[in-house]
Amino acid sequence: MKTIENVSRRRFLRGVFGAGAFVLAVRCVPVSLAQGVVDALNDANRATFHPSLFVGIQPDGTIYIVAHRSEMGTVIRTSLPMVLADELDADWKHVKVDQAVGDKRLGDQNTDGSKSVRTYFNTMRECGATARMMLIQAAAQRWNVPALECSTEIEVVVHKPSGRHAGYGGLASDAAKLAVPPKDQVQLKKPAEWRYIGKSMVSIDLENLCTGKAVYGIDARVNGMVYASIEHPPVLGGKVRALDDKETLKVAGVKRTISIDPFKPPAAFQPLGGVAVIADNTWAAFQGRKKLKIDWENGPNESYDSSEYKKELFDAAHQPGKVIRSVGDSDQEFGRNKTIYEADYYVPLLAHVPMEPMAALAEFKDGKVTVWAPTQNPQAVQAIVSSELGIPPESVICNVTLLGGGFGRKSKPDYVAEAAVLSKKVGRPVKVVWTREDDVKFDYYNAVAAMYIKAALDEKGKPTAWLQRSVFPPITATFDVGAIYGDPPHLAQGWTDLPYDLPNLRIENGPAHAHVRIGWLRSVANIYHAFAVQSFTDELAHRAQRDPAEYLLDLIGQPRTLDFTNVNYPNYGADYKTYPWETGRLRNVLEMVVKKSGWARKKSETGHGFGIAAHRSFLTYVATVVEVEITDDGNIRIPRVDTALDAGLVVNPEATTAQFQGAAVFGTSIVRTGEITAKNGAIEQNNFYDYPVARITDVPAQTNVYIAESLAPPAGVGEPGVPPFVAAFCNAIFAATGKRVRDLPLSSNKLFA
Amino acid sequence: MIQLKVNGSSRTFDGDSNMPLLWYLRDILGLTGTKFGCGMALCGACTVHKNGQAIRSCVTPMSSAAGSQIVTIEALSMGGLHPVQEAWIELNVPQCGYCQSGQMMQAAILLKAKPHPTDLDIDDAMAGNICRCGTYQRIRQAIKLAAEKSA
Repeated sequence: MKTIENVSRRRFLRGVFGAGAFVLAVRCVPVSLAQGVVDALNDANRATFHPSLFVGIQPDGTIYIVAHRSEMGTVIRTSLPMVLADELDADWKHVKVDQAVGDKRLGDQNTDGSKSVRTYFNTMRECGATARMMLIQAAAQRWNVPALECSTEIEVVVHKPSGRHAGYGGLASDAAKLAVPPKDQVQLKKPAEWRYIGKSMVSIDLENLCTGKAVYGIDARVNGMVYASIEHPPVLGGKVRALDDKETLKVAGVKRTISIDPFKPPAAFQPLGGVAVIADNTWAAFQGRKKLKIDWENGPNESYDSSEYKKELFDAAHQPGKVIRSVGDSDQEFGRNKTIYEADYYVPLLAHVPMEPMAALAEFKDGKVTVWAPTQNPQAVQAIVSSELGIPPESVICNVTLLGGGFGRKSKPDYVAEAAVLSKKVGRPVKVVWTREDDVKFDYYNAVAAMYIKAALDEKGKPTAWLQRSVFPPITATFDVGAIYGDPPHLAQGWTDLPYDLPNLRIENGPAHAHVRIGWLRSVANIYHAFAVQSFTDELAHRAQRDPAEYLLDLIGQPRTLDFTNVNYPNYGADYKTYPWETGRLRNVLEMVVKKSGWARKKSETGHGFGIAAHRSFLTYVATVVEVEITDDGNIRIPRVDTALDAGLVVNPEATTAQFQGAAVFGTSIVRTGEITAKNGAIEQNNFYDYPVARITDVPAQTNVYIAESLAPPAGVGEPGVPPFVAAFCNAIFAATGKRVRDLPLSSNKLFA
Repeated sequence: MIQLKVNGSSRTFDGDSNMPLLWYLRDILGLTGTKFGCGMALCGACTVHKNGQAIRSCVTPMSSAAGSQIVTIEALSMGGLHPVQEAWIELNVPQCGYCQSGQMMQAAILLKAKPHPTDLDIDDAMAGNICRCGTYQRIRQAIKLAAEKSA
């Protein structure tokens, strides 16, 4: 399925590697990529099956490694090149990392779904090992000795019997003439030989990030550019009925206004439409926008009201839905006059609000577009710009800048398409800058979700039957106007895969229509699914007067591999044989966090509580203990969080630790204040004053991260920390107050009014 | 005509005196290390020093910057790295890094006023600076480390 070819003379690399450079491209067509959780929703990604990862060595010894994934703070543009450098025996200090433009030949570039390492770990290793093998071969030929007698040290090939050695740079042109060895002849290092894999490495950008030199999309500049700010329709699908821009055009620095066509449903990644103000600088564009007088035709989504909608979701959650997975006969067991326990859980729409608002610079010239964008998905940029402007995707050059946060928002390039459309109309490079208000009001929100769970309990308080039903407007609605049921990849996020050993189980999903753009946000459907399941489990434990950790272990049951025969379980797009759902690994992280946090010694009391939760997402097993202190006036502090994870082989422990520390903060925002609402179809929130996110005074004082040693295939680390934190935090609040949080966030929860 | 000093250089500006300093720095001078986050002094990403005080440049009109000395992240330290930057690097604070210019500019002023800040001092000084990646734990540690370095 995979071939490696020597492409030293290929023209498309000329910008990256000078003449005479030894360049390797790996092209592969891994079938699993076609089944990615999010990718399957995206035509551009579906078409990208020819990955090529590159390493280049110059005759002067310079080693280039191409980073084809986007950097938004996960350190991926360090961690993946580091894997290649390891197998190559390169000196990491010398490696130059080149950020790739969008190019389908590189394979999937959608930096989303916590899947960069797991999908490219082996490819990067093979790429490095192949290059190293060819350098050995070049040296062996030069010295006329068997290649088997040669080995490598840092950037040199060594022939020990004769004491000869040759640097990589000096071998580059000879190596470039060799045929690429077949994959089965390429020898990878043994884990004991790794120099960098599994070692903590800081970002190659660290110093630039600390000196103001790092360049984000909003910082991009080219000569002759103008600035644009866009007034979007307040209601999704709205149109301009009448426009009066006379006052706008009087604002100093404003050049003109341009109407952008409304999108043709489904919205997908198209511009929302509206009126753009073009100006000499960002401020003038913002000022001009305030003077626009627009009469909007809002369209059918005008009736959308979040409080009404919540009732609709729960109406659906309380009626039989579509059966997703069924074991035994739950109805019969519920009918046997058992003790029945049931609960409703609710999580509202959530916005991403990365610190860098949406921004992009585009230049349309001679039928081609060059963009500079903070995008998680440069190939989606190519696709949408191509379709908006009617030019081939190859005519769209997407330069990927650093991202000032992404969290899934910047996988959706509507804002980049706006810049391209405007540049064509203006005839100059245009930088689009969204205000924070634009960002809050025109997001692709994480779905609002209502969940109903019911259990029949035996005399010891253990479930003998379990029914759970979730209802949420699906992400697929953003791409297919008719979609109202959860799609299998998102149902699989902590719902289909309930890991409990239960004789009778039914998992259902009900319908919901979307009235805003629904998208994926860090850990996505796992947020609401894990909140409901892990809260309900905690409720049952307390009801049974049992220790919540021990009760949770009891429900998970013995170590086993979950059987999804006849169940649609996409498993995050990963092959189930390679990444089976193993309850033993979830047990293991639970036991680990119980031990490390000192759970057994920690007794909750009024005003001081401990909560626990465990969850698998993005193929990673996580268990989290949260400690809270609550004052009489309801002020909640989080002195400590302990979280244990099994992500298989961890390439960069330092980056992984940082991701789980950050996930606890992200989860803090969700629990405390995360809520987007709509009235008359328009989003009610505006900025950080009414969509607050966690500040230094709100967050865990200390998050301890414990990484399980494992050589299992690598899994995700960017997202999996969020879901169990959210539930464990709420469980801790119960332990401290006796108040059960079933509706998020706390800020609108009457329990704490 | 507004006159001011930015990172030690004298500058004049004859545009809209209501324009916030942030956009003057970013769009006119090209000093993009100072970031736009909210436009309402809610997030601190745009923090710079004005006459030795930390201010939010997104709500500081050019008229009120007239005659002042402005320092941005690009000139936090005129030679080498500021102790705050050293500490940030040593503890590997940033994730995406976007808010960190503002965080460091704010922290530098905190340390000038309080060379040995308590946790409460850090809370008070830093509560206006949002980090969406959630690097707060390390920011707190780095401020303490920078305090040691400066001592």
